[in-house]
Amino acid sequence: MIITGNAVKVGDHINTDLILPGKYLVFIEPEELAKHALEGLDPKFPEKAKGGVILIAGKNFGCGSSREQAPIALKHANVKCIVADSFARIFYRNAINIGLPVVECKEIADKVNEGDQLAVDLAGGVIKDLTLNQSWQVKPVPKFLLEILTAGGLVEYLKKRIKSK
Amino acid sequence: MNLVEKILAKASGKKEVSPGEIVDANIDRAMIHDLTGPLTIEMFKKIGVEKVWDPEKIVMILDHQVPADTVKSAELHFTMRTFAKEQGIRNFYEIGRGGICHQVMPEKGYVLPGEVIVGADSHTCTYGALGAFATGIGSTEMAAVFATGKLWFKVPQTLNFVAKGMLKQPTSAKDLILHIIGQVGVDGATYKAAEFSGPAISKMSIDGRLTMCNMAVEMGAKTGIIEPDAQTIQYVSARSKKFTPLKSDPDAEYEKTFEIDVNKLEPQVACPPSVDNVKPVSEIEGLEINQGFIGSCTNGRLEDLRAASRILKKNKVHPNVRLIVIPASQEIYQEALREGIIEILAKAGAYISNASCGPCLGGHLGVLAPFETCISTSNRNFIGRMGSPKASVYLASPATVAASAVAGKITDPKTMWRS
Repeated sequence: MIITGNAVKVGDHINTDLILPGKYLVFIEPEELAKHALEGLDPKFPEKAKGGVILIAGKNFGCGSSREQAPIALKHANVKCIVADSFARIFYRNAINIGLPVVECKEIADKVNEGDQLAVDLAGGVIKDLTLNQSWQVKPVPKFLLEILTAGGLVEYLKKRIKSK
Repeated sequence: MNLVEKILAKASGKKEVSPGEIVDANIDRAMIHDLTGPLTIEMFKKIGVEKVWDPEKIVMILDHQVPADTVKSAELHFTMRTFAKEQGIRNFYEIGRGGICHQVMPEKGYVLPGEVIVGADSHTCTYGALGAFATGIGSTEMAAVFATGKLWFKVPQTLNFVAKGMLKQPTSAKDLILHIIGQVGVDGATYKAAEFSGPAISKMSIDGRLTMCNMAVEMGAKTGIIEPDAQTIQYVSARSKKFTPLKSDPDAEYEKTFEIDVNKLEPQVACPPSVDNVKPVSEIEGLEINQGFIGSCTNGRLEDLRAASRILKKNKVHPNVRLIVIPASQEIYQEALREGIIEILAKAGAYISNASCGPCLGGHLGVLAPFETCISTSNRNFIGRMGSPKASVYLASPATVAASAVAGKITDPKTMWRS
């Protein structure tokens, strides 16, 4: 699975309240959540992400609440993949489970520029910055998580497994 | 093996596990509330399994947007009630009968030492105070737990925080955990377990231990945990069936051990915008506040309300300040009534509400206007957490919040503790 898109950059410790403020948790409809993606940081983000983007983040992305509405909002606001120095663990799991690819790459936030064209190869663990002509080898996403992502998320993955039983 | 490793080994039917290993664990208890539960229910229905794996092991609690403030949140509650009935889930807590999920779970005997508990809320790590392995998960993962009764975990490395000495009132568990988070940082324990031990923990009440473990996630930890002792066994036995507490082996390994001398620990405050921006209260004394909040899954327990009433007994809430007090559960509310605490707080001018999460998450109660300042006993001071992104939230102990509400500015509770 190779994902391409332009980089949108955010900083360190972007928490779930910034990604999706608590007042929107009464919604579960992805389209409604997407309207408020990253609202705490940049209310114009959904507009910025329209064409499909790769989010480049610093340390501890997604810290805070277990609210899955946070990655859902990002995914449906057209974030195709998040590459961060590190993720908070619940967010990391939630993203995979809803079919939003997440990749750890140390210190990438310092190197990539806003708007750079990126290509992320999940299985191979390669991130390419086509604008800078630079690439990084990272730990590939583990096989069983890749299977969940390929299926489109944990629900689809389980559906298939239950059927095949 | 250490305590966390032992619990995960037992839950996955293995003799031994080590950090880094991925295990498929049987889940002993699963909890959802009104803001993450409806999504869990929707995802569960999508998986296509008719019945949950075990209705007795599921607990459903309404606590965040309660009582319903909009038609939208009323619909969420309706979804929860309907699902509980359809699935025969008896452990359902209606408003006025339960309270905040992380208080109801231990209080009603759903948390047993040695068990694996998941909740669709990040502060599920609170239950480690009773020697369980408990962690927060998302709604889709919870749907998978509802369908299968199992979940995968990577066995974490464990950090051991040894608290030496004795906390001197009014310094409390909250000050200690804020101090620790200030030391290691908000991602200092990411993917890891945080075990708390040492004399200060042994002498700490269950209320205080719940506060410690509650905030483990604020340093990124997968869970906070405290080895069960006589006090734990007494607390759990009074509420539940038989259980088998586990303890670390004498040669248990930890990734790192931190020693903290608590003898001289002053009351601490986490300043905006980050939970690890922790300072001794003396450094920010005098900062004017508009609101105080005593409550939440961190500090809405009886010991916390007692501390507040001790300060508010002979004092009034400052005219420029509103003080919101919310007992964490209906049981605590009733006990606080019996002890006369509620009367003391009400006479002092505090606003007291039914057991709920209240203003902590900026839902529908006590939210802040731009440029207002709140001192709160809750667990997060993120930008926009309690209302306007232009408001400021400071985190502190119940004693510090009560003293600050009286003075109208951030105040060291020592000055009022003995009056």
